[in-house]
Amino acid sequence: MQLDDLYRRVIMDHYKNPRNRGRFEDDVVTVDLNNPTCGDRISLQLKTKDGVVEDARFTGEGCSISMSSASMMTEAVKGKTIDQALDMANRFSSLMKGEAVEFDDYEELEALSGVNKFPARIKCATLAWNALRKGIDE
Amino acid sequence: MNTALIREQFPILHQEINGHPLVYLDNAATSQKPLAVIEAIKHYYEYDNSNVHRGVHTLGSRATDAYEGAREKVARFLNAKRSQEIIFTRGTTTALNLVASSYGRANCQEGDEIVITPMEHHSNLIPWQQVAKATGATLKYIPLQEDGSVDLADVEKTITENTKIVAIAHVSNVLGVVNPVKEIAAIAHRKGAIIVVDGAQSTPHMKVDVQDIDADFYAFSGHKMCGPTGIGALYGKKALLENMEPIEFGGEMIDDVGLYESTWKELPWKFEGGTPIIAGAVGLGAAIDFLESIGLDAIAQHESRLVNYALGRLREVDGLKIYGPAERHVGLVTFNLDDVHPHDVATVLDSKGVAVRAGHHCCQPLMRWLKASATARASFYLYNTEADVDALVSALIQTKEYFGDAT
Repeated sequence: MQLDDLYRRVIMDHYKNPRNRGRFEDDVVTVDLNNPTCGDRISLQLKTKDGVVEDARFTGEGCSISMSSASMMTEAVKGKTIDQALDMANRFSSLMKGEAVEFDDYEELEALSGVNKFPARIKCATLAWNALRKGIDE
Repeated sequence: MNTALIREQFPILHQEINGHPLVYLDNAATSQKPLAVIEAIKHYYEYDNSNVHRGVHTLGSRATDAYEGAREKVARFLNAKRSQEIIFTRGTTTALNLVASSYGRANCQEGDEIVITPMEHHSNLIPWQQVAKATGATLKYIPLQEDGSVDLADVEKTITENTKIVAIAHVSNVLGVVNPVKEIAAIAHRKGAIIVVDGAQSTPHMKVDVQDIDADFYAFSGHKMCGPTGIGALYGKKALLENMEPIEFGGEMIDDVGLYESTWKELPWKFEGGTPIIAGAVGLGAAIDFLESIGLDAIAQHESRLVNYALGRLREVDGLKIYGPAERHVGLVTFNLDDVHPHDVATVLDSKGVAVRAGHHCCQPLMRWLKASATARASFYLYNTEADVDALVSALIQTKEYFGDAT
């Protein structure tokens, strides 16, 4: 069990300097999700137009893994089509299962690959992605 | 109390976690089990397993004796007047739900009040929310002092002539405070209310006397006091239990069944529908024997020394915030470390073999009151030592360094 597998520099960077943190003024798709077992929560906002995720923002509170995952996810999906975003979400699920997956479209996500060695923390990493799926469904 | 000898009785403690000796400090969630309990369950299944109160054969008698013998032990353990007042349940949650669903719904109506505190575990809060919703009764909270304790003057003000039920934890699973349940019971009774005590965090750590407290109901779990999971008990005063309706119906709890009408067995069996948790009760009985062989007072003294030592050592850690009173924590210390999230703290501690709890501890209203989204908690038991506390402190210092460097 190597802590550095979990807490890579890129993860800590996103935790300390979250990207896309905040809220949109206008009325957009908003998904509030929490993790009832640990109290982590995220509110994700998605701006979509013509099948493209134009912009994404989030607020919330939680551990370094859940918040950095949210920060990376919002960066990763911006400008992607909804299908591409869903494909990323699926690849992220595979990554959490320990499968070798590539993120040519946003390599920083691979920093979270170590989470699969910490089963208790997988739900932290997937919270933002579950919010994304729910937001796309709406 | 010889901690080294006690530790020998707990096989699980003698292992390494991530290359470090296990330091188990999550006892408020569940305690470890001594050989005596493990062996009692094994012996029951190897030699005595049978259903209770049915068979006329030898195994049936042995199982019945073992099950009812465990009830006697629980009655003695809590100093109940009679074993009829002990109802076996799955644990504290089921016990509290039984009181809420049966006594609560039958005895509350609009205009009545149910009084609890913001420090209640969800299992002593949500059942009362539900009773209030179903009956129109009002749920009222005794406010907390700045250090998380309860002031009797507030108790006096909050409980009124309209109060029907007061439900309160004996010991908080987050703050470690001991509530003055005996005094609160006296106030409740003077105003015509009954008192329900959540003993999940008290029975493992101190001698409990339900008659001295004058509790109307007292609930606890076996697994937090060296017993197996899935077994606990509700103590209730006979006169109250006799007037209550069961909430589960079916086999084992009936007296006579007709096509359209049925009658119930006498206490305590009318509340124990279905095949009961026989091996669990046997294990709980063995746990009580084990704890009593050491002595609840000796356990309380050991833990008090340990918690005081922990409070002192934890105050040495820069940036560590401790929740609850400055002193008098029973069995546990809840804290946060700088701006490191408690889940991250718990993961780093786990990498050093130290098991603590992180999260809201099933106390979301209390977390909001503490202005914390989550906290970390180290909870102790009779087998923990000062060396365990030292391991915790050193791992916390490493956590600080790790997160300092990682940024």
